Amino acid sequence: MTRGARLRVDPIACDGRGLCAEVVPELITLDAWGFPIVSGEDIPRGLWAEANEAIRLCPLLALRLDRSRQGETVSRKRADP
Amino acid sequence: MNTLDSQVRPAGGAGGMRAGHLPRLLPERFWGGSASLEEHLARHGRPPARGRDGWFREQLIAEVGRAGLTGRGGARFPTVTKLRSVAAGRDIPVVIANGTEGEPASAKDKVLLAREPHLVLDGAVLAAYMVGARQAILVVHDAVREMVDCAAAERRGARSDPIRIKVMTGADRFVGGEASALVNWVGHGIPRPTATPPHVFERGLAGRPTLVQNVETLAHLALIARHGAQWFRSLGTPEEPGSMLVTLIGAVHRPGVYEIEIGVPVAEVLGFAGGPAGPLGALLIGGYFGTWADPGAVASLPFSVAGLRPVGGSPGAGLIAALPADACGLAETARVARYLAAESAGQCGPCVFGLDSIAGELEALAAGRPFGEARLRRWMGQVDGRGACRHPDGAVRMIRSALSVFGAEVNQHARGWCRGTRRAGVLPVPSWEAA
Repeated sequence: MTRGARLRVDPIACDGRGLCAEVVPELITLDAWGFPIVSGEDIPRGLWAEANEAIRLCPLLALRLDRSRQGETVSRKRADP
Repeated sequence: MNTLDSQVRPAGGAGGMRAGHLPRLLPERFWGGSASLEEHLARHGRPPARGRDGWFREQLIAEVGRAGLTGRGGARFPTVTKLRSVAAGRDIPVVIANGTEGEPASAKDKVLLAREPHLVLDGAVLAAYMVGARQAILVVHDAVREMVDCAAAERRGARSDPIRIKVMTGADRFVGGEASALVNWVGHGIPRPTATPPHVFERGLAGRPTLVQNVETLAHLALIARHGAQWFRSLGTPEEPGSMLVTLIGAVHRPGVYEIEIGVPVAEVLGFAGGPAGPLGALLIGGYFGTWADPGAVASLPFSVAGLRPVGGSPGAGLIAALPADACGLAETARVARYLAAESAGQCGPCVFGLDSIAGELEALAAGRPFGEARLRRWMGQVDGRGACRHPDGAVRMIRSALSVFGAEVNQHARGWCRGTRRAGVLPVPSWEAA
């Protein structure tokens, strides 16, 4: 993997089952209501297996890899309503 | 390269549209109903004749770019960027004019549609021409539906437009005006936002590139097409040119909708409504996603994005709500927070559960019950930026500004003291939400 990737959660699909946070607590924590807060940092080399496992285990397919460049992910913040 | 000025100048009757003068959008008179097509044409002249070839279309888009027109729905996004993106799309695009105005405190779009529906329709038709759309859909608030229907029928009778105009009533929801929610409402009858990207200007209604523009933006566009960019820039600041509609409510002498020059001081904006009707406690600027501000601190600031940045504010959709000194800002904030929580589209967990928890905490604070500020702030951090749309972000922005502007009162509330002596709420929320 030459280019970094991050975990990304689809907030509409996510139902807060919480499996992901058990598999990779290093990258995913749960908020006060049990919904995952996903780290915006690139997935470190040592956590690739766990990150992929979390994606595979999500019963709602709400978790995925985001390989877009950083600029594209922050663009959501600037999108028009 | 004098582009539009030579060709587009209306034949006459545009005496009221001198450079540097207000009003542009609203009629000079303050009585009467909608302007008829005849009255509209007498005041503004005909829109520029549409050429058959592409260059004229390009030229109009370029003129909108030179004018520096930005979206008047609240986000102030450059209109030309959307026009270009939609025009370059691979499929035949659609234009949706956004007149839903779901924000209970705002009235400017309703007033514009009620008074000058043809200016908005001109803009929608011109925008459709610019991007190559064959259909413009006007989604309006229920309160003005009939007037817009009449105007559209009048145009059909006069065969004035080369494209199809469809009028719809918007969903009666706060989120209904968000671009993706609006597209879903028009397409499927469900006013739900979807995650971006893709933006609706890339893939919107039925997968087509969709130009969603606020109705006031389209009215400005209709005037730019007639009078050119230079005329448009004769008001406003170089960075934020033009005029804008504002809704002034609360403790002002004549609450209502006014047209102002962008960049005039906040105190001057309030002056349009006759100024404050008594001592003010705070101003809510921009809307329910806006910011609370100390009236003294912002009175001399320009009413513009750049001018309000120092206090973390923005003109947003043009609302200023003046809170009288005898009203409790924390109680107002709690009421609006509860309303915004109830108006969540119900899709994203942090928005559904987070805003509900936050509203509950604010209600405790407003009522003088035990409340945890650290917990409230932690929750806001966990909600901000975590929805598919920006509903939670906007709510949190408003609440954070309340905690800072009413910071002293937070402590007083904890000790059972509140400055509010009136019970009636200042900021309107629909009664079915306020239970």
